[in-house]
Amino acid sequence: MPAVILAANSMHGGGPETAIFWIFAPLSVLAALGVVFSRNTVHGALLLGGVMLSLAVFYAAQDAPFLAFVQVIVYTGAVMMLFLFVLMLIGVDTRESLVETLRGQRLAASAAGLGFLLLLFAGLRQAVITSSAGLSVANNPPDAQGNAVAGQGNIFEIASLLFTRYIFAFEVTSALLITAALGAMVLAHREPHEPKRGQREQMRDRFKIGTHPTPLPGPGVYARHNAVDTPALLPDGSPSELSVPPAVEELRLERGRNPQPAELGGPPSRTRRP
Amino acid sequence: MSPTYYLYLSAILFTIGALGVLLRRNAIVVFMCVELMLNAGNLALVTFSRINGDLNGQIMAFFVMVVAAAEVVVGLAIIVSVYRTRRSASVDDASLLKY
Repeated sequence: MPAVILAANSMHGGGPETAIFWIFAPLSVLAALGVVFSRNTVHGALLLGGVMLSLAVFYAAQDAPFLAFVQVIVYTGAVMMLFLFVLMLIGVDTRESLVETLRGQRLAASAAGLGFLLLLFAGLRQAVITSSAGLSVANNPPDAQGNAVAGQGNIFEIASLLFTRYIFAFEVTSALLITAALGAMVLAHREPHEPKRGQREQMRDRFKIGTHPTPLPGPGVYARHNAVDTPALLPDGSPSELSVPPAVEELRLERGRNPQPAELGGPPSRTRRP
Repeated sequence: MSPTYYLYLSAILFTIGALGVLLRRNAIVVFMCVELMLNAGNLALVTFSRINGDLNGQIMAFFVMVVAAAEVVVGLAIIVSVYRTRRSASVDDASLLKY
């Protein structure tokens, strides 16, 4: 990790940073557009992961190695996985309705977005940012006499800020996280409508109907054939309908296959082997 | 290179996220676009931190990440429970409070 931090430090202000920016900036913009316009939600989620990874690269290039690692671990690791889990839970193939609920909303939204972007760009052009202070001093502050020393770097400085000036906010964050975890549990929990049916109740129901209290017979097992769609033979040699599940039986009729026990290599129905 | 480019990039990403929130109807996609906007804001914070030579901006970005993680947990739980009751993840369908 120190090597990465050093690399990030040496990158600062030079040509490599420009190259990194112009490689990853178009990638992240394209991926962000993909999030908005992809039909498949899973593709959108993966593209969002791409945006987050390229932002982590930007953080590393801007002397913020701690945030770069946190970005990868928290966003790409935890948040994106959560998104994908919920996507799989809800169903990937939920189609989005293309009906506009508000008339002309799409056009208005696009116009508003374009206007907002122009506004931001105009503001950024007006802002005179002639020089950037850089973080080399902030990451490695000089000692009390003002002499430059080899400090412990970005992570150490962030930790010392976090545990001195921002200690209260940091502690409140823990309360926030616990509340969020509790809230998620309360929201996702579902009370069952009726008490769970145990073995005793199921048994009682089965005997109340009285048709077939025992388990159904298994499919036939023959010398050359033992698939679930081959019926077992009753003592008088006729195939038992109960031994084949109804769904399999339907499928078999659909395909027009109706194998007889004799052609399966099973025992012939009338003659009995010694 | 001038850090202003990062600010421009952050503005573009934020706008794309806002457009996604306005244009898409699927609640999860809307939520992902909100995340995109938060990320764009973080990029701006980190860039400002570099411009000013001050680590407070990075601390702020760190807190934004923490709050975003908590928000994702609660938001996705809400989406799941809405989906359970209404069998739909569309933001237009959850409109009962209107009537």
